[in-house]
Amino acid sequence: MTSGRLADGGAWIDRSKPVGFTFDGAELGGVEGDTLASALLANGVVGGFRSPILGRPRGIYAAGVEEPNAYTEISAPWFDPIAAATTVPLVDGLVARSRAGVGRLPADPGSVTSPGVRHRFAHVEVLVIGGGASGRAAARAASGDGGRVLLVDEHTVLDDPPTVHDVTVRSGATALGVYDNGYAVVLERSRGVSGTRTVTFTDERHQIPLPPTEDILWHVRAGRVVLATGAIERPIALAGNDLPGVMLAGAAETYVERYGVRPGERAAVFAANDLGLGVADVLREAGVDVARIVDARSGELVIEASGGERLERILVRTTDGREEAFDVDLLAVSGGWNPNLGLWRSIGGGLRYDDERATFVPDGGPPWLSVEGSAAGHVPASTPIWVVEYGDDAAKFVDLQRDQTVADIAEALGGGLRSVEHVKRATYIGTAVDQGRTSGVIAAEIVSQLLGEAAGAQGPSNARPPYAPASYLALAGPTRGDLLDPIRTTPMHPWHVAHGAGFENVGQWKRPWYFPRDAEPMERSVERECLAVRNAVGAIDASTLGKIEVVGADAPAFLDRMYTNRMSNLAVGSIRYGLMLGLDGMVLDDGVAMRLAEHRYLVTTTTGGAALILDRFEEWLQAEWPELRVFCTSVTEQWAVIAINGPRAREVVSATGTDVDLSRSAFPFMTFRDGHVAGVPARLARVSFSGELAYELHVPAWHGLDLWEAVMAAGEPFGIEPYGTEAMHVLRAEKGYVLVGQDTDGSVTPHDLGMDWIVNLAKGDFVGRRSLRRSDIVRPDRKHLVGLFPVDPEALVPEGAQLVLEDTGEIPMPLAGHVTSSYRSPALGRTFALAMLAGGHELHGRTVYVPLPEATVPCTVTSSVSYDPDGERRDG
Amino acid sequence: MLLVPCPWCGPREAIEFRYGGQAGIAYPDDAEALSDEAWADFLFMRDNPKGAFAERWYHVAGCRRWFDAVRDTVTHAFLPPDRPGRPRR
Repeated sequence: MTSGRLADGGAWIDRSKPVGFTFDGAELGGVEGDTLASALLANGVVGGFRSPILGRPRGIYAAGVEEPNAYTEISAPWFDPIAAATTVPLVDGLVARSRAGVGRLPADPGSVTSPGVRHRFAHVEVLVIGGGASGRAAARAASGDGGRVLLVDEHTVLDDPPTVHDVTVRSGATALGVYDNGYAVVLERSRGVSGTRTVTFTDERHQIPLPPTEDILWHVRAGRVVLATGAIERPIALAGNDLPGVMLAGAAETYVERYGVRPGERAAVFAANDLGLGVADVLREAGVDVARIVDARSGELVIEASGGERLERILVRTTDGREEAFDVDLLAVSGGWNPNLGLWRSIGGGLRYDDERATFVPDGGPPWLSVEGSAAGHVPASTPIWVVEYGDDAAKFVDLQRDQTVADIAEALGGGLRSVEHVKRATYIGTAVDQGRTSGVIAAEIVSQLLGEAAGAQGPSNARPPYAPASYLALAGPTRGDLLDPIRTTPMHPWHVAHGAGFENVGQWKRPWYFPRDAEPMERSVERECLAVRNAVGAIDASTLGKIEVVGADAPAFLDRMYTNRMSNLAVGSIRYGLMLGLDGMVLDDGVAMRLAEHRYLVTTTTGGAALILDRFEEWLQAEWPELRVFCTSVTEQWAVIAINGPRAREVVSATGTDVDLSRSAFPFMTFRDGHVAGVPARLARVSFSGELAYELHVPAWHGLDLWEAVMAAGEPFGIEPYGTEAMHVLRAEKGYVLVGQDTDGSVTPHDLGMDWIVNLAKGDFVGRRSLRRSDIVRPDRKHLVGLFPVDPEALVPEGAQLVLEDTGEIPMPLAGHVTSSYRSPALGRTFALAMLAGGHELHGRTVYVPLPEATVPCTVTSSVSYDPDGERRDG
Repeated sequence: MLLVPCPWCGPREAIEFRYGGQAGIAYPDDAEALSDEAWADFLFMRDNPKGAFAERWYHVAGCRRWFDAVRDTVTHAFLPPDRPGRPRR
């Protein structure tokens, strides 16, 4: 046994509390306060790890989050696919196995246990990250100013924590990222932390109880953030420096002092600074035989480490050029100390090279961010030594976790790269789980050295959050499953569910897609629903339509500016279809406007466009035309809407019971009437999205379900069918009614859609009008909306398929357009499609081709209106 | 995450806002009179300064008011806010 537990000592461990764990199948023991790494060393396990690319033997190299070698998979009592053994708190029953730096997810995610995660919010005046001496001092200094102070530290144990009432201390809490304006994300792990978990911010009344077995992701907003993140020791690139037994000097000291563990039996120390050389004394006191101290400042070098599965021998080159060999099992190395500035740099903190310390120190950053202690550059002076010039460059490892050596850097530079950021991307140095914490600075300096540049010429490559690995589970927290996004349902939703509807998501809405009967396939449902509307009657829940009340003396003038056609001359009680454009002249949304009173309109939008259009109205009213007296109110959820479509729609509304005269002459197309249906106050509107006789019933939302049930009951003798969005799409497509966002894509003008009739150039300016004269928009070869009839009436072309004018069979072929909608039409007894086709308005009657991998489908170009082109069915 | 200074609600997190692009580009009084070039300039051309930049913001998940703010595009620091219709220059 080379390493092992010392007879006494270990500030962070409790020897009276034994802990059992399993590593690579072996049952081992440690004590409370151990990390998995310290417990492994206590059991004489130094190596046993492999490097991810070359498969070289590797051992525990560090004592903290900077560990590049000792990666494990934890399978009990929680699951973590990849974790540094130096950061895993030892708990009873821990099961771990070594992993070569790359995690693997289980084939069955349900077979593993992950800790639950809660998200919590904290607002404090001062956030201190790092609980070392400087962090604790900063927290104490901030205390007493009447503000809340939060101190977080990644270790589960904190020495001498502040106990003043206004400082809240969270241990086992890693700051993953620091963002603009003092926003920080901190992951507090429950495992390995004992004691109660109640958080009090300043005031006893504001206690936050935390669940004992769940992780907490803190969203912290702080007035001021203090980084006391310490320093990370850097290695020296020498041949064989990746053998198990080569360890950072500070880590060796940590294992002795914090964990009462001797990391080796016979050691050498190779350091370029006092602190590193002083580790020799610590090791001697722990009973380690220190065979040789190699002071790099004097020019002495360790030029090679060698061994089989672990370190057995080092070769020292003295100042007078002699080479001496020493048999050792531990080489403690210290090239100096780098302020730990990952968080600092990720939020825009600058760096400056410090010659005396041979490293980068913070220099300039956001005013709310400060740095204290070692992180601020208070690290020991060190002689710059990055790489030992003797020995094989291909054995001098720079990034242990990426298996990258000095030779790899030289190769990248030989290829012409000149920036450390490019070298990073060529070699992947610094991109592994450890984020290059031990390799970043030496890689940068080796690049500078090989390029003949001054020390510090380049600086290390940038760091980005998260600071330490965190699971997506932790980041997602509760926003999963049903809580991922709000789910919006209509008042009639329970009926749809009870009647087995298939649903589709339209934005956040759940809309019935089709209503299957007797387990029939969807295609059969849609056919049945379409035929019901064409031949008898159907009802669709249209409650999700966006609805905005536009009120005020200037509402008519305002709507004239928003729509391409005139809304100011619409009669009270009438309805007009309208198209809205972007400033660029492209179709943005469509809907109808109903004039409720002289100064009051109800406008509808597409289901997906409701929020966008209201925001747009507000932008024009607030930012461009504040002189207009107009108020806009979203009433989407206040009204339930049932659209009854079909030749027997009038009979169904009549049978449902209404005081409104439904006759053709009294209640013409594109008008609405206020009255009652089934005893409920209702607005009846004669608008149709199917081309059939249709009534929309608008009722206050709380009557929606009752009225739906009344309509379905009254409609039964007339063969009423509920229908979903798919049948609605087929019916509208048969009529050539465009679906904004499906047939249009933000590059389509009214003219492209063949809708010049809705553009009123006589009424004055409206949004998008000027763009309709732009040269690109009046090009004759723009894509136009057309209908397509596949020559084979059974052939269904896929939506999104490309169109070509000639079936050359040669790739590439010039593309002429694309299919936007494609369906089987029960009414037409064939398939059909809508498409955007270059110059399509002039191509009716011609054949175009849809080239597909399996076959090319010839189609005849037609008008976009395939059914009832003269509109003879709308009045029943 | 940025704290955006809403002139009505005070500093709020950026997720409550919609970004509205460069401020101070007024809709032309007579769009029809503009040449294609002048219209394209209004429609598409925006400044991209390194430093102070006047922007429109919309407190969509708050008071639902549009306002102008000046932000330093390097430091992300906001200058004190102003009211809609009176963009700071």
